[in-house]
This record gives sequence, C-alpha cells and structure tokens, in this order.
Amino acid sequence: MRVRIKFSKHGVVKFIGHLDIMRYFQKAIRRAGIDVTYTTGFSPHQVMSFAAPLGVGHYSNGEYLDIEVNSHNGRQDMIDRLNGAMVPGIVIENIVALGDNAGNAMASVAAAGYTLEWKDGYEVPSNLEEVVFEFFGQECIMVTKQTKKSTLELDLKPGIYEIEATADSIYMLVDASSSGNIKPTLLLEAFYSFVGKEFDPLAIQITREETYTDIGKNGKRELVPLDAVGEDF
Amino acid sequence: MRDYKLALSDEILMQVEKPARYIGNEVNAVNKANDPNVDIRFAMCFPDVYEIGMSHLGIQILYDMFNQWEDVWCERVYSPWVDLDKIMREKNIPLFALESQDPIKDFDFLGITIQYEMCYTNILQVLDLAGIPLRTKSRTWEHPIVVGGGPCVYNPEPIADFFDIFYIGEGETRFRELIDLYKEAKANGDSRESFLRKAAQIPGMYVPGLYEVTYKEDGTIASFEPIFEELPRTIHKEMVTDVSNTYYPMKPVVPFIKVTQDRVVLEIQRGCIRGCRFCQAGQLYRPVRERDVEVLKKYAVEMLKNTGHEEISLSSLSSSDYSQLEELVNFLIDECKATSTNISLPSLRIDAFSLDVMSKVQDVKKSSLTFAPEAGSQRLRNVINKGLTEEVILQGSALAFKGGWSRVKLYFMLGLPTETEEDIRGIAELSNKIASTYFEVVPKEERKGAPVQIVASTSFFIPKPFTPFQWARMNTKEEFIEKAYITRRAVMEQLNQKRIKYNWHEADVSIIEGVLARGDRKLADAIEMIYKKGCIFDSWTEYYKNDVWLESLAECGLDPAFYTTRERSLDEIFPWDFLDCGVTKEFLMREWKKALNEEVSLNCKTQCQGCGANKYGVGICTVDRTAKCEVVTESSNEAEGGN
Ligand code: SF4
Repeated sequence: MRVRIKFSKHGVVKFIGHLDIMRYFQKAIRRAGIDVTYTTGFSPHQVMSFAAPLGVGHYSNGEYLDIEVNSHNGRQDMIDRLNGAMVPGIVIENIVALGDNAGNAMASVAAAGYTLEWKDGYEVPSNLEEVVFEFFGQECIMVTKQTKKSTLELDLKPGIYEIEATADSIYMLVDASSSGNIKPTLLLEAFYSFVGKEFDPLAIQITREETYTDIGKNGKRELVPLDAVGEDF
Repeated sequence: MRDYKLALSDEILMQVEKPARYIGNEVNAVNKANDPNVDIRFAMCFPDVYEIGMSHLGIQILYDMFNQWEDVWCERVYSPWVDLDKIMREKNIPLFALESQDPIKDFDFLGITIQYEMCYTNILQVLDLAGIPLRTKSRTWEHPIVVGGGPCVYNPEPIADFFDIFYIGEGETRFRELIDLYKEAKANGDSRESFLRKAAQIPGMYVPGLYEVTYKEDGTIASFEPIFEELPRTIHKEMVTDVSNTYYPMKPVVPFIKVTQDRVVLEIQRGCIRGCRFCQAGQLYRPVRERDVEVLKKYAVEMLKNTGHEEISLSSLSSSDYSQLEELVNFLIDECKATSTNISLPSLRIDAFSLDVMSKVQDVKKSSLTFAPEAGSQRLRNVINKGLTEEVILQGSALAFKGGWSRVKLYFMLGLPTETEEDIRGIAELSNKIASTYFEVVPKEERKGAPVQIVASTSFFIPKPFTPFQWARMNTKEEFIEKAYITRRAVMEQLNQKRIKYNWHEADVSIIEGVLARGDRKLADAIEMIYKKGCIFDSWTEYYKNDVWLESLAECGLDPAFYTTRERSLDEIFPWDFLDCGVTKEFLMREWKKALNEEVSLNCKTQCQGCGANKYGVGICTVDRTAKCEVVTESSNEAEGGN
C-alpha cells in the first residue's frame, strides 16, 4: 500500500537541505518500526517519493512524501510512531492512503503557497500592500533566469495564481510543477528591482504553507492539498 | 521571529558550507539544558571537521558514559571548517558546543581526542577560537580544564604545553574520579594548581606541567622528572578489564548530513594478537579482549533500532581473529536480511569462510578483495612480522577469482627497516603474480565484465613510539620518492602491467608526521608558530602547507632529521619512556633485534611472547594455549587479508 505523509518543518532544521531530509526520513521510518517496502538486491532502499524540494532556510507547513508499506496498524498508529521518531521541529501532520491511480508525490505537485515575512532587523519596503498590488498588476513580470547553458527571459505572471499582502508580509500561490516551478526568491528579486531596491535573500523568512495538486478537468485548474487525494486507513 | 537558540546567526549559517555541521539537534543528541542536576559541563572535541569527528566511536562511547551520570552534561564540539573559521575570527564569535550552543570557555572541561599527529594545529584552533590560552601555564579557573586522550597521547610531548592533563589509556575507567576531585576542589576553593597536582595522582593522569625535562648537548633527553615528590615517575595506561560489561552507546547520535561512518559500528574486541612490528595500535591496546558474542548481538539489534541506520559494520584491528566471528556474522546476516540492512565487513582474512560471507552481503562484481602484505618480499615481511605469505595471498586470490571477484587491492609500505631494492621490486612482482593467477584459474570464456584489476598502494613508513621500530631510522623525502619510482618502474616491467594500477602517497606530510610522532617538548614553539602563520587542517592535502612547516621548524632552530633519520642508540631515553602502555621496553627491544635478524614472533594466541601485558591478568594472556608442536603447523597456515 502506498501512503502519503504530510509534515511540517520549523526551527533549526530549516538548515537541513533536501537530500539530507530524505536521508533523515529513511532512518526515521526505520526507527519508527514502519513495515516499509524495500527494493530487492544488494543494497536495498526504500521506495520513496518526495513532493517538491524545500530550499535551505525555508520553513514549511506542507511537505509531502510517499512511501510504500507492506503492513500497518492504521493511520493514527503510523502517525504516532513516526512522530515518536522525529527531531524537534519536524512534525508529522497527516498520513493518507493513496489509491492505485494516484500519481506519486513528485509528479503530483502543481502549485505551492508561500508566506514571506521580514526578519527582525530588516526593513520592510514602505507601503507594502500598495506596492505589491502595483507590482502584480503589471501585464507581465519579466525576469532573467540563469541556466547552465544560457540566460532565459521569462514571464512569471502566468504562474502566479494568487497574491495577498499585509503591511509586513506577502502570501503567494504560485506554480510549483516541474515544468513551471517559480521559486519565491526569483519573484522577490523581480519585486525588489521593481521598487528599485537591492534584494537581500537573508532579509526574508519564507514559509511554504501548502503544496497543491491539480484535480481540475478540461484545462480548468482546481488546486487541492496533496493529501486531499488520499483516504483514511 | 527566531524561536530557537543558535550561536550563529541565520546570515552566517546561510553563508557557510553545510550549516548542519553547527546546529546540533540531531537524533539522540543529549540535551540537559533545563536539568537542575547538572553540575559539570564537559565539552568533548574531535579536532577535525564534523563529518570526521562524528564518525569516531570513542567519542560516542564517552558521550554516552558522561551523559549517564546525572551531574554531568557532555556536549560535542568539532573544528569549524575553514569558511566558518574565518568568519568567527572576523566577528569574534567564540567557539560553542553543539547541544547548548554555549561558549566552550564557560565549560568545566574540554576533552580533546587526538587521533593523528596532523591535527595538532587544529587543537590550537579549537583552543584559540574558544578563547582559552594556548598554554597550560597561562590558564586560570576562568578556563576549562583541557584534557587530551587518544592514541597520540602515547607520545604527548610535542603538545605537552597545550594541555592541563593527558588521560593515558581507555577513557571508560577514571573520569568519574577526576570529576569528583574537580567538584571537591571547587567546593573547597582550592587553586587550579592544587587541583592539577592532586589529579596527577589519579592513575592514568599525566599532568605535563608538573614534569621537567632536561636535555643533553646532542638534543636527546638527559632526564625526565616530576617536580613534586609524591607524583608518579611512571604513568601507567588505564584499561577496561571486562569489555562485555562496560559503557557502550546504545543510542549513538545520528547526524543529519552524511558523515564518513554513516552506520552502526560494533566494536567486537580491543587489541590485536598479531604483533606486527610497525603497528602502534597492536602494541598500545594489548592484551586482546573479546566482547561476548551474545552481548554483541544484543547491541547490534538495539543500535540499529535506535538509530535507523541502514548499515552495520564490525570494528577491530583484525576481525578474523575474533573467536566467535562465524556465529556473530551468521546472526547478522539473518538479522540484516530481515530488516534490509547492509553489512560491511572490513579487515577479514581471505579464506573460504570470508568469501562465502562476502558473497552473501555484497555484490561480488562491484566489490574488491583487500590484502595488506605491507612488504613486497617474504624476507621483509618476516622483518615486520606480518604473517601473510605469498602462497596464502595467491591461494586466496585464486579462490576469490573462481568465486567471481576480479578486483584486488593491495597495501604496502615503503621505507621499512632493512628494505632493499629487491624487496621493493617484490611489490610489483607480487601484483603481477596475482594478475597471472586470474588468467590461470579463470578460463577465457568465463572472463566476463571488467577485466582483472590489481590496485597496489604504498604509504611511507613512519616509525611510531611503543613499537619495536621506535629505534628505526626513517627515510628522507628523497629516499621515499626514489623508492616510489623504483616501484613504479618495476610495475611497468611486469607482464601484466596493464592490469596493475599503482598509487603512492605524498612524501612531504609523512616527514612532518615522522617529526611529530617521535617528537619532544621542543616542538611546541614551532607548532604554535605554524598555527599562528595560518595553518589548520594539515591532514587535508589542500590545506597542508609544507613550506610553512619547514621554515617554522628552522626558525625555531629545529632540524627534522633529528626526529626522523637520526640513528637512535638502544640506551637513548625517549620522550615517551615515562609512560607505561603495558608492553615493556625490553620486549620491544627484543622484537627490534629479532626484526633485524629476520626472525618472526608467533601471535598471542599460539604462543605468548612475554610482552608484559599479562600483568593486567585479562584477555588473551589468561587463555590456555595450544601445545608447542601444534603451534608451528598452525602458524604457518595463518594469514590475514585486511588490515
Ligand atoms: S603477555 Fe603474551 S599473550 Fe599477553 S599480550 Fe603480551 S604477548 Fe600476548
């Protein structure tokens, strides 16, 4: 049976990168005594799929990974066992069983919501609400993206689904699919150049609030959290 | 917004490579931050980067021991990597412990494990970044008591000035006494000096500041004396007598980032029966003490459960000599199969049993066989007492080739005492014979996949204290390089040269290691100067600065040749002679003479060599040995693969 695990990540563990979080979960699942499925052969490994890598330094309230288990004692038991094996800062928020037709976590990602907050000691751009409104009101939002081979001119606008601002924070819901992923920092860079200021990535604490998949039909987008496609067990 | 306590700001952590090295909070890390019972703060340091330090079993053992004690909180600290080192100096950030993130300077003790000579400048880095005066004589109660341990303390003299205490021997036995003495001294308002003077009377404790050395005109030692009458003239090593019934970390700390030793480590025994004459560990940890196999099985299961590690490995100097190996390995194979755990088996003698085991736990096509003949000819192997014969190597290889292996790794040393060009050429010839064996035993139609490959590696021999070769002359850099060339040329002359790959080590750093290994107190000024000129991480090739070492030694009026290539007389007083590691100087001298006569000594299991370690009355020394006549036949069949 495939299950999808939702977890949050806060505190010092924000400095643990994606690959190390994968390693962390492999060991945590063993500590928790979950009857997880392994590949066969000389160095067996767990069948595991992570949704979207989270940048080092970011918090999250909505991370996902899929694993496969041979047996279990129900959803709550699995949540409790895993929470017993976590370090402070990482909390198992939910686990659901996936149907046979559900795509894996990585392939399912369509969008992600992020909150951006200014850290202590850094200046919030003045009139944030208004400026954000102006910035996202533009026809298109052009950025240059540096890839290994070339520099690309890119319009971010079609990938921005929702934007909200308060006096000192921004929330945005953006494309996070493998083909059109928008990194919040890339958008922030464009925002800072729009307001004519230098962007300092250290100024802002980014929290991924949720990761979404698209269950819409006929080209109509309908975003739901990644654990909405599974069931209790 | 920052709701956690870290010594480094987000800005710094986002700027350095692998910030996870500095944030603590790993699985099984011990946090006693709000524990009112904690009275003693102990910082345990491995003076190298986190990934190396976290891979060390000894620290995990002591970390577990200390934290079992209610009144002690033991935390870890490692060398900040060069990027953070620079930032900490610029911004005056004091070195901190991982668990509490508190400055080291406020701790009661700073324990430093000293595993190799080339970490000496990193010891100074740790002290300096912590804000602790480098020299023991400049410290006050404001500073932690700096305690050194580990194999290098069997000649602590080059770094004697930087330590308050050296703990000689295995850490499990005397720390409780030391800590109680410390608490008493603090309660009584005693001076730091008076505490150290009392500490020097606890067995195993060497307080270097309380001993004086005088030198002869030729630079060798004239006398080594304690400055107070009540202090011991000889410091005896501390040793665990019952290794099945002592501290062992059931819940080792599990790092977030990948470290060198990313697995459960099961130490199956301490010590080694073999008595190879170049090997320091083989003498220091005598006598051999085995752990009970049932205890080990329990440890293995428990530790895998508590860490979630996907791999387990056995640790010892020579695993094949463990008497219950077969039972343990069979148990692990079953257990690991059930839990999809990998097993790694280092230092196994190559024979039918080990090949069978290896074929069960690893992919034969991807793995390689390892032999450590150490010398190219039988004559020289007799000199170094390495009981591995060509016949055994070729038989083992043949067996393995038939079993599907096609890669062989061979380890040798260059610069061993009495070595001739013929011995050196033997390295190439042996490699060639192994390749030929492959073509003999594997028929053409079965030679699938990668063709046979022999990788021969040489390191340069460095004489170490407390070995029969402590009297030996070390080679010069030029001699070393010449010998590496001879080896390479000889390899190229072989019939199967295309199948042989030859690697050799840097010579420069071996010379400095040789200086430090048999060094004396005169070296302290040079080490400090070298550190102050910016050298740290000398064991990392990319950071090792040979010119700074050589020029600083010269500036301090020291000649490397005095420590390396000088011929030592049998009656010379060595800097480490005041230590007793269990084996007697008479035994070592007897072995040195036997070496020069190309005579071998049997291992402890077949015949006691009277090394002196039987005074502990434990381990192999207490075991009944086989009758003499059997001894000879048995020993001629013995050989080991790894190690
Ligand atoms: S006393 Fe004999 S048996 Fe014991 S360690 Fe020494 S040589 Fe080996």
